[in-house]
Amino acid sequence: MTAVDIAVVGAGPAGLSAAIEGARSGASVLLLDENDKPGGQLFKQIHKFFGSREHRAGTRGIDIGTQLLSEARELSIDIWLNAEVCGVYDNNELAVVVNHSTSKTVRAGAIVLATGATENAVSFPGWTLPGVMSAGAAQTMVNIHRVLPGHRVLMIGSGNVGVIVSYQLLQAGADVAAIVEAAPSLGGYGVHTAKVRRAGVPFYTSHTVLKAEGADRVESAVIVELDKDWNHVPETEKTLAVDTICIAAGLTPLVELGRSAGCHVVFEPTLGGWIPAHDSYMETSVPAVFVAGDIAGVEEASTAMEEGRLAGIGAAAVLGYYGADERNALSQVVWNRLDALRSGPYGRKRREAKEVLLRAGENAT
Amino acid sequence: MNMRVEDHPILGVLDNESDGVRVVVDGEALQARPGEVIAATLMAHGRSVFRYTNRRGEPRNLFCGIGRCTDCVMTVDGIPNVRTCVTVVRDGMVVETQRGNGAWGRCDDGR
Amino acid sequence: MTIDRTQNEREGVAYTGTPSEQELHDSGGYATQERQERGPVAFIECVECIPCNPCESACPYHAITVGPDITALPQLDGEKCIGCGLCIAVCPGLAIYVKSKHHSETHTTISFPYEYVPLPSKGDTVNLTDRNGDVVCQGRVLNVFTSRRNDRTAVVQAEFDKRYCSEVVSMKLPRSDERERGR
Repeated sequence: MTAVDIAVVGAGPAGLSAAIEGARSGASVLLLDENDKPGGQLFKQIHKFFGSREHRAGTRGIDIGTQLLSEARELSIDIWLNAEVCGVYDNNELAVVVNHSTSKTVRAGAIVLATGATENAVSFPGWTLPGVMSAGAAQTMVNIHRVLPGHRVLMIGSGNVGVIVSYQLLQAGADVAAIVEAAPSLGGYGVHTAKVRRAGVPFYTSHTVLKAEGADRVESAVIVELDKDWNHVPETEKTLAVDTICIAAGLTPLVELGRSAGCHVVFEPTLGGWIPAHDSYMETSVPAVFVAGDIAGVEEASTAMEEGRLAGIGAAAVLGYYGADERNALSQVVWNRLDALRSGPYGRKRREAKEVLLRAGENAT
Repeated sequence: MNMRVEDHPILGVLDNESDGVRVVVDGEALQARPGEVIAATLMAHGRSVFRYTNRRGEPRNLFCGIGRCTDCVMTVDGIPNVRTCVTVVRDGMVVETQRGNGAWGRCDDGR
Repeated sequence: MTIDRTQNEREGVAYTGTPSEQELHDSGGYATQERQERGPVAFIECVECIPCNPCESACPYHAITVGPDITALPQLDGEKCIGCGLCIAVCPGLAIYVKSKHHSETHTTISFPYEYVPLPSKGDTVNLTDRNGDVVCQGRVLNVFTSRRNDRTAVVQAEFDKRYCSEVVSMKLPRSDERERGR
C-alpha cells in the first residue's frame, strides 16, 4: 500500500497541471499514467497555442509539455509510468497495475481524475481496412514517431482536430486530398481552415464518406454530397485516390474511473457525452474526488491545464493545505483565465454547457 | 518502402539510427527507433496488415492509436493479442502477423 | 433533378475555409487602401473571435490592438504600422503577412509565414499562390528569415509582378511526390 496526499490519474496537460498545483501547496503528490511517457497529447501538439501571455499563447504544445515536466521534477512529484489505474474503491483507494505485471494499491487523501478522452469512430463500408484510422492516431505517428501513415489522406471532419492534423500531415510531407464535413459549414477555427486551404486542400461541406475500397489497405475513397436532411444526394459520388482515411469526428470523455468512484454523471453532448458533474473547484459528487481536462468535458489543452490547476488547488484545500479564503483567491485567478478562453462565439457554447455541468455539480454535492 | 519523416519544419532532421534496435517481423529483421511503438516500426517499413480477423480473415491495422480499440494486436514474443500501438519495441523482439485469435507460442526470453 | 446547392454559394470562412473579401474588409485587420499604396504594411486576416492576442504585444509600434477581451478581432492602425513584420511569425494562426505594393516600379514584395520543408532559398523562383492555394504567378525569394524569435515559423519574403499584388498570399508547397523525386 502506497499512501499519498493527492493521487492524480493521467499525466496529460490537466493531470500535470493538477499535480504541480497540488505539490505547490506542500501536499505529497503521486502522478500515474498508463503510458510509458508523461505528457499525454501535449507532445503531439507541435503548433503554437492561442490565448494570451498568461495562457502561454504563441508557445508550441510540445514546449509547454517540456515546461510542465520540468516544473513537476522541480517539485519532486512522484510519477509512475506504465501504471494503469483499474478502479477507484472506497476510502479513496486506487487499484493500479504496473508494467502489466504487478498490482498495487494507492490510498490517497484526494484523487484527481484526468483521464482524457477517446476519439469517436465513424463506420462506413471499408472502415476496417488498414489505412483507416483516427486523426489522433495519425497525429501520433507523424509527430511522435516520425512515420507517415500514408502518402495521400482523406480527412473526415473539419473541426479543429481535423484541420490541425491535416496541416500537420502536410508538414510531415503527406498530401491531403480533401477534408469532408457532413455539416453545411466547417467546424474548425478559420485561421486553421485558411492555412490548409491556401496549401491547396479542398473542403467538401455537406459531404460524407460513402465507402473505402482496397484489398489489403485503402486504395480509394468515395465521398457523396448530403442534402439538408443528411440523405445522400444521388449521382454526386466522387472517387478520391487515397491510401489513408483519417476520422476526426469528435471525442468522448473517458469517465470509467469516475463511474467506478461513484461520481454522479450527466449527459452534455456539447462537451462530448457523459461527464462527472462537478463544482467550480472541480470536485465531483464524491467528496475528495476531482476531475480535470477532457474527462470534465472535451475542450482544448489550454482549458485542460487551467482546470487541472483548479483541481490541484481544490484537492490541496480539502486536505487542509489551503484555507477556504486562500483556495478561493487562488481559484479566482484561474477562473479569470478560463473565462477568457471560453469567451467569443466558439467558447460561449462550451461555457454555457460547462455551466450546466457546474449547476448539476452544485446540486449533487 | 521508407515512410519515415526524415525532415520536419518543426521537429527538425531525424537523428540517425546508430543506436537503433531491430525487430523481427514475420522472419524479417526491421530497423526500429528506440522508444517507438511496434506499430510505428511496421508503418515506417510500409507494412499495412498487422493481423487477419478470426472469421472472415479480413486485414486490420492501427485504428485508435491509444490502446483502446485493440484493432492493431499482433503476436509478440509468443504472446498473442499484444496492442502494437502502445507496446514499445525492444531489440530482438519477435513480432508475428496474427491470424484470428492467435496462439500462444514459445517465449524465447524465458518469461 | 434539382439539387439544393445553395450551400455552395455561401461565402465566408465558415463555408469555404478561406475568409471572404467582405470578412477581410470588415474585420479591421487591413490598413486603408491609401496606406497600402504608401509602403510596406501588415495584413491581418483574422476574422473570427477566437481567444488570442500575441500579435498585440508583438508590435513594437503599438499598431495592433486586441484589448482586454482577448476574443476581440485585432485592429490594425495603418498609421502606426511600419511593415516591419515582427508580428508575422508570432501569430499562432499564421494569419498575418506584410506587403509592400510598390517595392519597385514593377514589383510588389510579400513576407508570409511558412512552416514546411524544404524551405526555399534566397534567389529561388517559387510559385506564389492565392488563398485557395492556386498558383497566381511566379516570384523570386529575396529572403528567408528563421530567427530563434520566430520559433520555427519561417518568414519568406518574395517579389513578384505588381499586377498580381492583391491575389498573392503564400507559396505553393512542394507536394510529397515532388519531394520523392528530389531525393
